[in-house]
Amino acid sequence: MRISEGEEEITAYLSGDIDHHSARDMRESIDAVVQMKKPSLLRLDFSGVKFMDSSGIGLIMGRYRLMALYGGIVRVVNVPDELERMMNLSGLNALDIIERRGVKLEAAK
Amino acid sequence: MNLSFESRSSNEAFARCAVAAFLTQLDPTIGELNDIKTAVSEAVTNCVVHAYKDTIGKVYINVKIEENSLIIIRVRDTGCGIENIKKAMEPLFTTAPSDERAGLGFAVMESFTDRLKVSSKVGRGTTVTFQKRLSCRVGNG
Ligand SMILES: Nc1ncnc2c1ncn2[C@@H]1O[C@H](COP(=O)(O)OP(=O)(O)OP(=O)(O)O)[C@@H](O)[C@H]1O
Ligand SMILES: [Mg+2]
Repeated sequence: MRISEGEEEITAYLSGDIDHHSARDMRESIDAVVQMKKPSLLRLDFSGVKFMDSSGIGLIMGRYRLMALYGGIVRVVNVPDELERMMNLSGLNALDIIERRGVKLEAAK
Repeated sequence: MNLSFESRSSNEAFARCAVAAFLTQLDPTIGELNDIKTAVSEAVTNCVVHAYKDTIGKVYINVKIEENSLIIIRVRDTGCGIENIKKAMEPLFTTAPSDERAGLGFAVMESFTDRLKVSSKVGRGTTVTFQKRLSCRVGNG
């Protein structure tokens, strides 16, 4: 997983399979950078994700809570079509953090 | 097809890929295969995370191919069991929130398969059975 760091924002490029086993490493890598940089925006880019079970939802929710601690926000971007059903099931839609193609959500308040 | 393995998280990918590999003989669509892999991943993860919490036990998977490309998958553990199955199956219910569990496993299994059945006995273990009929692009049989 690649993480790119800007001044105020961090983007984590998730890739491969996200399950209970792989989510742990992803969580640790992301959190280490977030805790050091305390960015106002954490972008989770799902374009490289081939498979995801509910552990991926836990991963998003956990980062959402962590960012909230610092007054920052999370954006989930480039979700492959195959993962849409999982995202819709999760209730994450209510949080308004998933950026659908062509629909940009407002940046940090 | 029968499979048994230790409840280590590193076996989660193996389990869902083994089931998928077995089912390729039916020529399922990518979407169908993905649905099944997802359901298997949920069931196996529950064995690793909940049934054998803090220990390692055996996970048993049985896959049956019935007539008309109906597949029946059973995932069984001999772990701690579930006290209240109805409650456990409610979306967002989890006993492991600190572990970043979303409480969605059963909801996902239900949504990604045609039918889900859970039986469990506290102290004895849990069996999750789900079935799915494949569209079967090659003629039956
Ligand atoms: N095999 C099992 N053995 C013991 N308890 C289980 C088992 N499977 C599920 N449970 C119980 O049922 C609850 C709900 O399971 P479910 O898979 O829906 O959510 P979760 O595992 O908590 O979260 P998620 O699947 O989203 O990571 C679990 O929190 C656990 O208490
Ligand atoms: Mg689960």
